[in-house]
Amino acid sequence: MNERLVTLPRILAAMLLIAAVIGFGFYANNYLLQAGTTLAMSIVLCLAWNIVGGYMGYPSFATAAFFGLGAYIGGIVQNYDLPLALAWIVAAAGGAVFAALLGSILLGLRGHYFAIGTIAVVEVMREVANNWEGLTGGAIGMNLPILVGSPRAVGIFFYLAMWALVLITFVLTAMIVNSKFGFGLRCIRQNESAASMVGIDVFKFKVKAFIISGLIVAAAGAVYASMVAFIEPKDVFNVLMSIEVPVMVMLGAAGTVLGPLVGAVIYVLLKELVWVNFINFHSAILGIIIITVIYAVPKGILREFQSRLRSILTARPLNFRKS
Amino acid sequence: MLAQYIANGLLIGSLYACLAVGFSLIYGVLSIINVMHGTFVVLGAYITIYCSQYLGISPLIAALIGCAIMFVFGYLTQRFLINEVVAAPIFISFTLTFGFDLLLNNAMIHAFTATPRSLLLDYGSITVAGISLSVARLGAMVLALVLTGVLYWLLRHSQMGRAIIAVRMDRHAATLLGIRVPQVYAITFGIGTLMAAAAGGAMALVFPITPLLSGTFLGKSFVICVLGGLGSVPGALVGGFALGLLESFGAVAFGAQWSATVGFALMIVVLVLRPSGLVGRKGFE
Amino acid sequence: MAEHVLRIQDLTRRFGGVVAVNNVTLSIPKGEMVGLIGPNGAGKTTFVNLITGFVPKTSGRVIFDGADITDLPPHEIARMGIARTFQIVQPFSEMTVLENVMAGALFAGQRGSLKEASEKARHFLAFVGLDQFAESSASNLSLANRKRLELAKSLAMEPRLLFLDEVNAGLNSGELNHALDLIRKISDMGVTIVIIEHLLRVVVSLVGRLVVLHHGGMLSDGPPLDVLNDPAVIKAYVGTKFGQRHHAELERQRQKYQQQVERGV
Repeated sequence: MNERLVTLPRILAAMLLIAAVIGFGFYANNYLLQAGTTLAMSIVLCLAWNIVGGYMGYPSFATAAFFGLGAYIGGIVQNYDLPLALAWIVAAAGGAVFAALLGSILLGLRGHYFAIGTIAVVEVMREVANNWEGLTGGAIGMNLPILVGSPRAVGIFFYLAMWALVLITFVLTAMIVNSKFGFGLRCIRQNESAASMVGIDVFKFKVKAFIISGLIVAAAGAVYASMVAFIEPKDVFNVLMSIEVPVMVMLGAAGTVLGPLVGAVIYVLLKELVWVNFINFHSAILGIIIITVIYAVPKGILREFQSRLRSILTARPLNFRKS
Repeated sequence: MLAQYIANGLLIGSLYACLAVGFSLIYGVLSIINVMHGTFVVLGAYITIYCSQYLGISPLIAALIGCAIMFVFGYLTQRFLINEVVAAPIFISFTLTFGFDLLLNNAMIHAFTATPRSLLLDYGSITVAGISLSVARLGAMVLALVLTGVLYWLLRHSQMGRAIIAVRMDRHAATLLGIRVPQVYAITFGIGTLMAAAAGGAMALVFPITPLLSGTFLGKSFVICVLGGLGSVPGALVGGFALGLLESFGAVAFGAQWSATVGFALMIVVLVLRPSGLVGRKGFE
Repeated sequence: MAEHVLRIQDLTRRFGGVVAVNNVTLSIPKGEMVGLIGPNGAGKTTFVNLITGFVPKTSGRVIFDGADITDLPPHEIARMGIARTFQIVQPFSEMTVLENVMAGALFAGQRGSLKEASEKARHFLAFVGLDQFAESSASNLSLANRKRLELAKSLAMEPRLLFLDEVNAGLNSGELNHALDLIRKISDMGVTIVIIEHLLRVVVSLVGRLVVLHHGGMLSDGPPLDVLNDPAVIKAYVGTKFGQRHHAELERQRQKYQQQVERGV
């Protein structure tokens, strides 16, 4: 009856992919290395958003809030001369705590108000970062210690770090999707009151999902901060990121395991093409991409071509239908 | 100087009310968050400035021309572009209008550059009971309040106004009553755009305007609507004056740079404690 | 005296100017099958909503198997062993029939792994006769089958007390007989059942006790024969234009029931 999640073809495919990613990191030129790192970061953010926005059905615009929070916590810790790994872990923990607090407050709000509330949080955090100069350096930004080593080696290090985060997040997503917790999230998305009547502690589930998501995004922010070694509020608390991430996931297919990946890859590729060729109009073209996604593939590319991409690619958990 | 702060707060508050009322109406009737709102304000302001500076038309008339043009623009936008997603979840319409806004805003920056423009009016100021009031600001306040008042009157007393309110209450029931809902949607969106242009025109009388301000205008509209109550004219009025006073006193207490933050933070508090806003459904016409 | 699985004291629900449920006091022994009837708007569904925690109580206490569940949230009440079906069936529409029933097993019933829940769910699907639909989408089911799905989902929660809210509305007579059969089997398993019904013949043929609600208050409570003979009950049903139709039906049922009792059925 059940498809096993971990099958031999899938393990082989995964190993091949991992080898390809690592190989790419060592042999690609600097531009491609950078692009690959950005792609990895986008995938992480998309996978994290997908848990709350895709599976659970609470489209949040808080991504930038957690990203910036992680970036600044990581930066502050590193500026105390503490090790990189510690900075990242503390940032992730900070993200989790903030998610618990914020989630408790906002997750009780209905759809429209939840969306507005999450955007407001991004704005507030950005302004706080702009004005609290003692902590964050204010609007002029914050410097982080630069890693010792050749630029190439450092570049490869952060490339691998981001892709490691991708692997962790992907495995985490797959585990959630196949667990009771993931099942409960899907129930919550479809009918919150029925979910409650069937014994699901809806509030606890919502906050837990929000914490997992926030934790991952904060970690990504911390890695990003260490990588670029200089952050400023309008860069890491950018509402555009909060909008792009859901668009990427929608492009791929929200609420699936591979949707975020597919969407991120396509979107990042498009964006790079546009940036390289049309830099003056890139905002406008980004706008066009967003509009096209919503009109042309509202259910996401994976679902539009579902019949052709069945089996391996869509990573169906056991034999339950994707929701 | 308390009276001066209050006066300042009310002056800017009237502009804010006009700013938010269009956004609020669109949300109340169509249930969509129009991210283009801020850019519409700037567009309205630019039309006013252009007509006034280059065509020599009086600023108030120029503002009204801006309103007319933007009404048509808004109507057409909704009718052909946005109507597709009106029934979709809020998140989809938000993202779609965000995409359109990116496009529009970028186009405006290319067409007009980001350099701030203003009307450079100088009518001086008058002093009433020890309070100094700039004449231009007073004019802007009058324009804003008159137009908002006309909107309120139209909603209550005209046939289209009543239709709009019916759709806001229950769009399915409105269809059953024979109201052509897509038409109402388009007109409401047009009106919302018109009011944005009106606010832009009023603001053009007192501030320099640039396309880069669109985000600020949008953000303030959010805050005002949540504070006062989404979907009604009285809600926008209360919210607008509340924010105006808040910023006036807040600038003194915390410094001007914190005013935006305080506004947003208060918005989150109101969202959680009283999502329907200070006026809420009682403000519905 | 049998242990009381449910004791309700002065349960009241008031909102706006309306009193939906008015000081209802009631005790239900374990294993009993109780019918809850009353005109439209009498407060029957609200009553169930109050007990299951779906709607906040204005006052009163609810004690389930000795434990005070008055202030517990719905999911905890579900876990303690109370399940209910909804009048307007709301399945998880994007999930399969099997998954819908699994939901009950996963979070309130057995609370085991996904695999265990899947097996339990198949068992309950077979019980209600939906096993061939296990992999179908829940939204593709006919009304009768959706009602069976609701039932299976509730059973998967392994409740000790089950509220059936108009499970039989919209069923034709063949489907109805099947449904009544299932309900009897559930009762035989030891589950205490409260069945809200409009169809008097259904209620009368199933239950040993009838409770009548009217304008939110309890009008009558006792064996079906006595209740149906109660002048207050007759008045409540006869008081409107439609009451006459019901009165004839009541009379017919009363006589039929009397005959059954006399025959010792």
